Amino acid sequence: MAVKLPKAGGTFIQMEDEIAGIAAVIGASWTGMRAMTATSGPGFSLMMENIGFAIMTETPCVIVNIQRGGPSTGQPTMAAQGDMLQCRFGSHGDYSIIALSPASVQEMYDLTAKAFDLADRFRVPVFLMADEIIGHMRERIEIPDAVPHGERRAADRGVLPFAAGPDDIPGFTTFGKGYRVHVTGLTHDERGYPATTSPKIHEDLVMRLVRKVEDRRHEIADYEVVNPDAEVIFVTYGAPARSVSQVLHDDADPRIGHLRLRLVWPFPDSAIRSFPDAKVFLVPELNLGQIAREIERHTTVEVRSLPKIGGDLHTPRELAEASGRCIAP
Amino acid sequence: MTFLEWFRADRLPHIYCTGCGNGTVINCTLSAVDELGWDPDRCVFISGIGCSSRAPGYIITDSLHTTHGRALAFATGVKMADPTLHVVVFTGDGDLAAIGGNHFIHACRRNIDLTVVCMNNQIYGMTGGQGSPTTPVGGISTTTPYGSAEPAFDLCALAVAAGANYVTRWTTYHVKELTKAVHAGLTHPGLSFIEVFVQCPTNYGRRNRFKQVSDQIEFLKTHSMIRQKAERIRGEGGQVKDGTIEIGEFVKRSRPAMGVVK
Repeated sequence: MAVKLPKAGGTFIQMEDEIAGIAAVIGASWTGMRAMTATSGPGFSLMMENIGFAIMTETPCVIVNIQRGGPSTGQPTMAAQGDMLQCRFGSHGDYSIIALSPASVQEMYDLTAKAFDLADRFRVPVFLMADEIIGHMRERIEIPDAVPHGERRAADRGVLPFAAGPDDIPGFTTFGKGYRVHVTGLTHDERGYPATTSPKIHEDLVMRLVRKVEDRRHEIADYEVVNPDAEVIFVTYGAPARSVSQVLHDDADPRIGHLRLRLVWPFPDSAIRSFPDAKVFLVPELNLGQIAREIERHTTVEVRSLPKIGGDLHTPRELAEASGRCIAP
Repeated sequence: MTFLEWFRADRLPHIYCTGCGNGTVINCTLSAVDELGWDPDRCVFISGIGCSSRAPGYIITDSLHTTHGRALAFATGVKMADPTLHVVVFTGDGDLAAIGGNHFIHACRRNIDLTVVCMNNQIYGMTGGQGSPTTPVGGISTTTPYGSAEPAFDLCALAVAAGANYVTRWTTYHVKELTKAVHAGLTHPGLSFIEVFVQCPTNYGRRNRFKQVSDQIEFLKTHSMIRQKAERIRGEGGQVKDGTIEIGEFVKRSRPAMGVVK
């Protein structure tokens, strides 16, 4: 970033800490620029309060988290996916966010571009939840000459700055353009003014912040389905998807399926229904079953967590054995 | 325009207590901005958390009321992304010197082109009068009921050491000097730090033997000393009384600055 951004007409700044990093990103975003930051483990924890500020103030921004083993300083540069619930619930209060999870270097590229589009459209922080394996991986990728991208919709003049239309997303009031908008992390009315003692204003605001994302979870769902008629289905995101792909490559058993999530939050529960004959969902994750628990909420089919922590990826053999145990001889 | 036209009339009544000094600081700041003839559409006021930090919400420009202590980090993002905007930060002693201390020294080190106005009331006024890093030794607060045992932070000395281009201190008694100081800060490239001792009758004054608001302003008048005079006294081997508020300009220099439109 430090090398490429200045050459591309952007600005790179190394802030004093991660709290300042996300703060500067939010500040920059209000000038109408696209802004992002990247971190891992402890830095992500430090960002949590300001992430809540971005959610409350509906500031588009992108945060990359190359997950490593935790808690605390944990395992620097060892792979993990232990922050999947933190990115969803880590800041205080109720809200909704969008999280993407790349499983290759190409997807790191593609999903970063997508993250900015989603952030601009929904006015919400978008997380790129990669893991150390993907973060340090080198692969051949294709970079298109031009990446098509959406625009942040500008607020109509004369409309209150935090008044949303039917899509629940207010137009953006870029600083310096005469909107004269007041932006606060306090509960605010449609004028943007603090209104902290009205239960109705708070409920209306928070429900809209949640609704604007959750109501479009089917539309923005991004996943890949392999063998939809299968009975034993692996559900993955990030690096473990690669081990599952190897299992299916080595043994093209139609009874084994694969649901690979590129977008994890808001959870695409419709994706689970892509497998009408499912008898069991196997969920290999580099954590103790964070998304397996979410899948359980959306299905009556058995969900079996295949947790792995410490830094090693599930081997294809381990996963093949796990699926083999589920298939009737 | 007059400075009054910089306010949002539809935000009244404001939250400040009777006798609060913050209004004086806001008026002086807006007077200076107005004298410069700046376009309100090209100004951004930014703040953190606390009484001081409610100020941007009463001003008609774009404004960003952020998280506790982080105003300077947010302001850095705004200014680096669009250096053509005039960015002014309102902060307080708790916001800037305690939770925000790290951002303060780094903003000064970067010498980023911001004007930082710190309303130093020597207390956490909004949250019930807890001691702050600038509560003087012996000062009574809800967390220092027997008098603060900790030495207070000299924020101007800190800003000078960390590299700010323009550093000055005044009090709410010194309205004209303060307005001139803000004016100078707004036009001087690099980080301008203007510290203002303000009275907090609700949470500082009444616990520290100031029966009336005017008593506290009288104290600011009688216990402050132009720093050149203080230095002269020290140079002649004399002593400046402990607790003297040294006021005036601490530094005005031209270190390389960030976020300046060339």
